[in-house]
Amino acid sequence: MMTINTIENGIVIDHIRAGYGVKIFNYLGLDEVDYTVALIMNANSKKQGKKDIIKIENEINFDLSELGLIDPDVTINIIQNHIITKKLKLSLPEVVENVIKCKNPRCITSTERNLTHVFYLVDEKKGVYRCKYCDEKYALGNRV
Amino acid sequence: MIKNRHLIDPMDFSTEEIDKILSLSEQISKNPENYSKKCSGKILGSLFYEPSTRTRLSFEAAMMRLGGQVIGFSEANSSSVSKGESIADTIRTVACYADIVVMRHPKEGAPKVASMYSDVPVINAGDGGHQHPTQTLTDLLTIRTVKGSLNNLKIGYCGDLKFGRTVHSLIKALSRYPHNEMHLISPKELKIPDYIKEEIFDKRSINYFEHEKIEECINDLDILYMTRVQKERFFNEEDYIRLKDTYILDNEKMKKASDQLIVLHPLPRVNEIAYEIDKDPRAYYFKQAKTGMYVRMGLISMLLGGGVLK
Repeated sequence: MMTINTIENGIVIDHIRAGYGVKIFNYLGLDEVDYTVALIMNANSKKQGKKDIIKIENEINFDLSELGLIDPDVTINIIQNHIITKKLKLSLPEVVENVIKCKNPRCITSTERNLTHVFYLVDEKKGVYRCKYCDEKYALGNRV
Repeated sequence: MIKNRHLIDPMDFSTEEIDKILSLSEQISKNPENYSKKCSGKILGSLFYEPSTRTRLSFEAAMMRLGGQVIGFSEANSSSVSKGESIADTIRTVACYADIVVMRHPKEGAPKVASMYSDVPVINAGDGGHQHPTQTLTDLLTIRTVKGSLNNLKIGYCGDLKFGRTVHSLIKALSRYPHNEMHLISPKELKIPDYIKEEIFDKRSINYFEHEKIEECINDLDILYMTRVQKERFFNEEDYIRLKDTYILDNEKMKKASDQLIVLHPLPRVNEIAYEIDKDPRAYYFKQAKTGMYVRMGLISMLLGGGVLK
């Protein structure tokens, strides 16, 4: 059994689907920070079987909704003086701008300059988004 | 209030608003002379980035018959688009000169982008293989005139259902009227896009059936909506050649259909409807084309605030 110390002040991202920890780690740019961070992969989980966890010994700001696009099932724990002071569950954003790129070669986003790529949520359960301009589907790989 | 709105998607207007446009269009078709000055002093910007006969000419004829005038281009090469101008810049310029704009573009969503930057109403006259809402208004008025209502219909859509923008728009529109049943006839390579199935059929609990042959359902249909396999939508010519002659409606197949069936086609046709069918009283596609001009008169008139139902 591996032991990782608790953190005093910071954030714990828990219940990350096994294998997605690296994606979130990279998305948050944690490979370049100078404070203490831990990426735990394939930890045992009663609910999920295996899960990833990220512990960050610092208070950082990041866009929760965009994190939800990588894995909407994660839990964010805010830690102050070794105690969880807040638990946040993510939900999928209704509208996502310039995060998902439309892959339809017939879509106007493939040629028009300076056009914001916009996807809107059509099925939260299945994690399905559609392009505002051409209705092209984007399904979150981890939800379907 | 329809005045000053954009029409990009058939769902942009409620069924009540669509009924108003159809009723005005019907009135115009009966007494066009009463509407000959409705748009006097107004200018239609006609931006066609892709070839068109019926849609462009019917829009331009509609504006002229309403007493208005037309500016624009019928191919992208004769405009600043060939110099690399964006849609956003083009529409902002044209909106300085025109009171209303109609746009056809090969890229899906182009008229939507135009509407985001335009101070005047923008009408989508077809965007790639996506939507064609004014053809839908034409189809709806034709169906309503012949069948008396837009409910309780069994509609067969045949041909290129993947890139067929007229089909996508008509399905969306008819899905809002009760008890319509959809029959989708296409080769597996040209099946209806999944967004139509998931966002329209599933969410609205519409009964739909998929077929590979016309004969599987023609005897049961009230409307058969034929479409052309569109060469311009294929990236690979081999696929087009392989699929273009999949369906040809002829007298033999029509023998199995009801006397009450009507055959529609947004035109142009290539060879998916044999010429022998033109004489069949159930062939409505040329009447449908004429209806298109009156529908566009009704739409332009309402978007410019000149449409008054008597």
